[in-house]
This record gives sequence, C-alpha cells and structure tokens, in this order.
Amino acid sequence: MKIIGLIITIITGAFLVYAAADFPAWADPNSPASTYLSPYFIENSMKDTSVPNFVTSLLADYRGFDTMFETTVIFTAGLVCFILLRISGGKEPETSHYRHVLTGVTVTLKKGHKIPESEDFERIDDLWTPPDLIIKTGCRLMIPFIQLFGLYVIAHGHSSPGGGFQGGVILGASIILLAISHDLRTALEKMREKVVAILCPIGVSIYAGTGALCLLLGVNFLDYSALASVLHVDPIAARSHGIFMVEIGVGIAVMTTMIWIYNNISSAGKYNQGL
Amino acid sequence: MAELIPTIIAKYNYWIYITLMMIGLYAMIAKNNLVKKIVGMNIFQTAIILYYVSIGVKKGATIPISTGGHGAVHEAVHAADYLNPLPHVLMLTAIVVGVATLGVALALCLRIYSRYNTLEEDEILAQIRKK
Repeated sequence: MKIIGLIITIITGAFLVYAAADFPAWADPNSPASTYLSPYFIENSMKDTSVPNFVTSLLADYRGFDTMFETTVIFTAGLVCFILLRISGGKEPETSHYRHVLTGVTVTLKKGHKIPESEDFERIDDLWTPPDLIIKTGCRLMIPFIQLFGLYVIAHGHSSPGGGFQGGVILGASIILLAISHDLRTALEKMREKVVAILCPIGVSIYAGTGALCLLLGVNFLDYSALASVLHVDPIAARSHGIFMVEIGVGIAVMTTMIWIYNNISSAGKYNQGL
Repeated sequence: MAELIPTIIAKYNYWIYITLMMIGLYAMIAKNNLVKKIVGMNIFQTAIILYYVSIGVKKGATIPISTGGHGAVHEAVHAADYLNPLPHVLMLTAIVVGVATLGVALALCLRIYSRYNTLEEDEILAQIRKK
C-alpha cells in the first residue's frame, strides 16, 4: 500500500508541476484571477456599500448567499458532532465522585444518590488531577480581554481586518481556554449545553432572517438596500448596516459551533471534566 | 537549462504548495492510523488555502482595505492598488469550515475507537472481516 501510495503521489505531483508551468508568475498584477471580476469589487465596494474593508463587503454582500450556506455547513458540523457523540455516549456512570475542596477528601456515591447542594464539594472524575494555580489564575485574568478583543474584531470588521468568522473563533477560543485551564464542568457552568445548542441555530437564523426581511420588503433575498426604509438611512448605509447584522449572526454561529464541537469531542459526549 | 531557472524562481510558490499537497495526499493514502490520515487531510487543506491566498497577491499592492477610510466614499479607487479580495473571502470561510469538518472527523474517530478499541486501519478491517 505504501509503494502504491508513493507512486500515485509522485504521478499526481508530476501532473501538478506540469500544469503549474502554465500558471501566472508570483505576484503578477495581470494574472487572470486579478483581472476579470475582482477590479469591479475593489472599485465599487465603497460606492455600493460604504464599507472600507473590501473582504467584508464581498463576504457578506456580493457573496452573501455563499457565506450563508458556509454558516449552515458549520452549524451542521456542530450538530453532527452532537449526534455522533452526545446522544449515544451521554450515559451517567455507575458511581460519582465528589471532592471536599477544603480538606481534599473524596466521597464516592452510588448511582441515584446525591450530595446536598453546597459550595464545599465539587464533582470530579476517575482521572482527576489537581489544577495548576498559575495556569488557572493566568487564564482567568486573560479570558475577559480575549472576549473583549473578539467583540472588537466582530464590530470593526467594516474598517479593519476582522468580521464575524474571526471574532466568533476568538470568542469561542476564550470559552475553550476556560475549559482547558479549569475543567469542562466550569466552562459548562458559564456556557450551558442548552445555551450553546440554542444560540447556534439562532446565529444562522439571524443571517437567513436578515435575508428574508429584505425579501419581505419587496426586493431580492439578502439585498440589504431595502433595509433603508426600516433603519431610516440611505440605501448605501443600509447595506453597511445589513452587513453588520449578518456578521453578528455569523459570529454567534461560529462561536457556539467551536464550543459545541470542543465540548463533545474533549469529553467523548459525556460532558465530564474533559481533557 | 539557463532559461528554466528564472521560471522555477518566478513560480516558487507553486512548488511549495505542490510539495505540501503531496505530503498530505501521501499521508491520506499510505498511513495506517486514522488520526494520521486526518492530519494528512489538514496538510492538504492548508496547501490549498496557501495556494488561493497567493493567487490574490499583486506586486505593489496593499491589503484590500480602502486607505481613505469611511469618509472617502466619492474618492476614486484603483484596483491595481489593492490585493485581490476574492481569494481571501473564499479562504476565510474555508478555514472555519475546515475546523468544523476536522471536528466531525475526530468525532467519527472517537466513535470508531469506542467500538473497535483501535484506530489502526488494518486491525479494524480484520475485526470487520471476522464478523
């Protein structure tokens, strides 16, 4: 198998090298990719949408339909992880362990028994190790700033590099950092499973809903200029605001998908202490 | 030979992507462990992302953000001054979708491991044939 694989790889590589000989040279301004459609986007983005970041206007306006389905793909991927791992793997174990925080004594309970609600006990697993104080404190200090930066990246997608996808990933990473530095249960207390599962389709719905709102106002799907009558601005500014609404939807969907996938994979669907 | 060298240098980016892509393809075909196959798939994806981003590069151009800012609506914008934003948009979504598909692949691996107790392809196939 290894030799066959090597032969296939070398033949494919040779074909690609042969084809690449006809490709435009590195950084050629007259390459086919930069001559037909992209000058239109660069020259008309400011006139059409008043968004200085051409990538954002292209992402959410000119190619809005494509991005909407990319968001749907992400949501579907999160859903698949949930169905594969959580639905079949989410059984409660036979015994559960609780640790008394002040003394370090561990109590083991059989299934069905519960410890009275108290701050002194925390739920732990078989493979529990003491958390590192430096990492815990450092991450706790960093996470609010990471989240603030994530919101900044979403909100400033119009005039600087950023947007819903990047900001959403940063926001998701802040919760994942909490799950890594403490444990998954702490992160789940901050961002519950149900909240994640509800916010993810809401993010996609904000995107599709903005498009449907344009449809209700009598123009094409995702033609944000129709929002001018609702927002009381001129059509060009309305397109800019429409892009922002869509970016918020993308940000929510991406953030929750990252958290959803991490929660399910790191605990194999059991939602215990995680990694 | 003397005229071949400038061609090789002018298109050096493509040789890097082809090499990376073939490393990924070889890992997907030849590696026995499923996680190593996923790593190969990701190397393959990264090569394609790098290839697309390099298509958008233009000599003497800056990043695709208008230098005039919000106020310069009526200022003429010259396409030659800015990088091609189209590949950036395509890859922006492809990166996030790549992470999501990686999650699905790892979830499938977890399910396979919980059923067969191994991630080696030949051992899984042997167990399937036995049944």
